[in-house]
Amino acid sequence: MVGRLLAGDQGAFAEVVSAYSPLMLHVARGFVSTRASAEDVVQEAWLGVCRGLDGFQGRSSLRTWVLAITRNVGRRRGVADARELAWSQIDDDGDGTVDPARFRGPADPWCGGWTEAGAPVPWSPEQLALDGEALALVTSYLRELPERQRTVVTLRDVDGLDVGQVCEILGISAGNQRVLLHRGRARLRGLLEDYYNRGEVRR
Amino acid sequence: MTPPPTLSCQQVVELVSDYLDGALDPSTATLVEEHLAQCPGCATYLEQMRQTIGLLGAVREDQLSEATRTGLMAAFRDLRPPRP
Repeated sequence: MVGRLLAGDQGAFAEVVSAYSPLMLHVARGFVSTRASAEDVVQEAWLGVCRGLDGFQGRSSLRTWVLAITRNVGRRRGVADARELAWSQIDDDGDGTVDPARFRGPADPWCGGWTEAGAPVPWSPEQLALDGEALALVTSYLRELPERQRTVVTLRDVDGLDVGQVCEILGISAGNQRVLLHRGRARLRGLLEDYYNRGEVRR
Repeated sequence: MTPPPTLSCQQVVELVSDYLDGALDPSTATLVEEHLAQCPGCATYLEQMRQTIGLLGAVREDQLSEATRTGLMAAFRDLRPPRP
C-alpha cells in the first residue's frame, strides 16, 4: 500500500482515506470540541501524510503512523483553540453508576443487594435486533456522553483499539482509561434500560 | 441459608466493565464470578453490558464530507503526481 501511495496511485489514496478517516475523526474529537474542527484536523493530517510519505520508514504500520500524525495535529489545534480537553481530570465524581435507590440500604441484612424492583430485567432479542432501533439509540446516546467518556468508549468499543493504543493516543493512564470507559459504558447501558423499561415504575 | 456473597451487587456493577476487559486482579475477578454465579440480577447486568458493547461495535458513522474528500484527492494529485 505504501508503495502504491508513493507511486501516486489515486485509487490507493481513496482507499486509505475511506478506511482510516472515521477512526481519525474519533481521535481528533479527543482534542477539539466540534465535529467541524475534527474534520479540519483530519484534512490537515492527510496533507501531512501526503508530504511525509517519503520519510515513512515502515517501522510502524501505516495506520499507526497516520494516527500518530492525527494526534499531533489534533493536539496542536486543541492548544491553539484553547479548547484542549483536560485529560488529566477524569469524570469521576466518586458516585456509583447505578441509582443507589435500586439497592438495599444499611438496615437490610442484604445491604448493597438489588431490591426486588431495582434488579435489572433482561432485554428481549427483539429489543436488541441490529436492524431495529437499538443501533440508532446507542448511536445517539453515544453522542450525548461527556466528551472524554465518548472519546474513550468510541475508540475502544466502536473502533476496537486496545487499552495501550488508546492510552498512547490520548496521553492518559490505564487507570483513567478504565474509569472513563466504565462510566461511559454504564451510562449507555442505563440509557438503553431507561428506554426499554419506560413507563414502568421503579421503586 | 447461604452466607451473603463477599461482594455486594452495588460493588459488582462498578467492576463489570473492568471484568469484561480482563482488567481485574485474579482474586477480585474470582469474587465477581462467584457473585455472578448466584445472583440473577448481576448476571443480567453483565449480559446487558455485553449487549451494549456489542451494539457499540456495530455503530457506523463519521465519514469525511464529500467536499473535504474531493479536496484531499486534488491535493494528493498535486503532491504525489503519478509515477510510471
